[in-house]
Amino acid sequence: MSKMTMTQKILAAHAGLPEVSAGQLIEAALDLVLGNDITTPVAIREMEKIDRKEVFDRDKIALVMDHFIPNKDIKSAENCKCVRQFAIKHEISHYYDVGEMGIEHALLPEQGLTVAGDVIIGADSHTCTYGALGAFSTGVGSTDMAAGMATGKAWFKVPAAIRFILTGKPAPFISGKDIILHIIGMIGVDGALYQSMEFSGDGIQYLSMDDRFTIANMAIEAGGKNGIFPVDEKAKAYMEEHGRRPYTIYEADADAEYTASYTIDLASLKPTVAFPHLPENTRTVDEIGEKIAVDQAVIGSCTNGRLEDLRIAASILKGKKVKKGLRLIIIPATQQIYLQAMEEGLLKTFIEAGGVVSTPTCGPCLGGYMGILAAGERCISTTNRNFVGRMGHVDSEVYLASPAVAAASAVAGYITGPDAI
Amino acid sequence: MNAKGRAYKYGDNVDTDVIIPARYLAIQDAKELSEHCMEDIDKEFVNKVKKGDLIIAGKNFGCGSSREHAPLVIKTCGVSCVIAETFARIFYRNAINIGLPIIECPEASQDIKDGDEIEVDFDSGRISNVTTGRSYKGQPFPAFMQKIIENEGLVNYINSQA
Repeated sequence: MSKMTMTQKILAAHAGLPEVSAGQLIEAALDLVLGNDITTPVAIREMEKIDRKEVFDRDKIALVMDHFIPNKDIKSAENCKCVRQFAIKHEISHYYDVGEMGIEHALLPEQGLTVAGDVIIGADSHTCTYGALGAFSTGVGSTDMAAGMATGKAWFKVPAAIRFILTGKPAPFISGKDIILHIIGMIGVDGALYQSMEFSGDGIQYLSMDDRFTIANMAIEAGGKNGIFPVDEKAKAYMEEHGRRPYTIYEADADAEYTASYTIDLASLKPTVAFPHLPENTRTVDEIGEKIAVDQAVIGSCTNGRLEDLRIAASILKGKKVKKGLRLIIIPATQQIYLQAMEEGLLKTFIEAGGVVSTPTCGPCLGGYMGILAAGERCISTTNRNFVGRMGHVDSEVYLASPAVAAASAVAGYITGPDAI
Repeated sequence: MNAKGRAYKYGDNVDTDVIIPARYLAIQDAKELSEHCMEDIDKEFVNKVKKGDLIIAGKNFGCGSSREHAPLVIKTCGVSCVIAETFARIFYRNAINIGLPIIECPEASQDIKDGDEIEVDFDSGRISNVTTGRSYKGQPFPAFMQKIIENEGLVNYINSQA
């Protein structure tokens, strides 16, 4: 009897092996290779050095222009032009530019390009997002992306896994963001280094797909190679609604081995904030104690720019005004989310509250544009990293939180939970 | 193959945003990009670092983004080797794939001080602290990764396999 984790089963199947174990080096076939406007130009240059000049499969490559687009300056425009020409030359099926693009990790599941059982690499660290659907997906660099585009394969060291058993039902306003921040606070930013984070437990049934995308998305912030959820009815329904390809369900063996196991009672969680300058510096909102005034609130990103995030933010902002002098920036993650938010009246709520709404972009999350901070400024943000200088000046500060906390804080002018509004 | 130079010492969780801030990521020229290496953690690094020097760090070096620009700027600055207690996994892959030597060695990571003169023998994995006379044994690479490193990166390795 094999004792494989869910991740190991997917990797074994893609390596053509009956069984794999932690630490083993394998070569796996890829179902999708992803790149963006920052990492793809570097991959294209590397690919030019590879003897094989053609892509392995034009239908299994996704190029999403999302970081500095619509282009913020001449250099970013040159980068997008380089990728655009590559996409045309190689007839890449899934090339997304202005008008069709969205933030990659929100866009690809929505477009049905990522499904359960896939092995996916992306030249973006948050590629681990698709684990929400039961896929093995992980971030790599541009050279791995180039090799993947040319050969359709990638080398992996088979990871060991940590099991997170989620039990109970979360309270209102407790979202996937609070759960993953709680976990990172508990195990640290290298707590899952080189390992899979495998989620299980009866609490998963209460988590929407958007919650699960948020949790899997931030596996990398605990050092994880991937985060992965079992495929339940909600995941199947999502893939049947969006999917373009058949999916394959893998389950961990009953006696799969884990290096550690944590049980988390979702009912006990409170709104959680990560203080500068590491995602592990977490406190619950009621532990903060002092009034931490903020200059800006950002609601968006591959972590929290999905429809449910915008609905929660709007429910808090409805009929209220953001604190005078505070900048509220809302960034729907895809065109479809943008359109849906418009039809539901959410954008009207944001604008009436005094916020601004941007077209999809990674922009401020990585300090690119569309909300850069000056020295001494603070931002409450639904993004995923709060490293030194992440959103602008080295002397600025980013506090990570859920859309509910970011929206409530935008009204109050200081960091607070939705119950206070 | 050997490396020899001065140690530049940093702490735990040195992230890719401080190694190369995203505000410079639109720059595609490695030399121009490398002028901003470590800028947000050590503004003087690029002015001080000489060819052959080493970076010594604590846990989880290179955490954060998948940007290959991070190992690339370190290599372009002339750094011959990064020694850390542990590396973030994407940085680890990227360093191997572009041919930047890295070694995991908790003992060296803790013991080496900023400014120490360090010598590394990559074949044996031995790290020598010329300043203090102490030496440390680094973790050797698995054979498969050794092949990528011998080929000076993944691209040459793939071409050699064809």
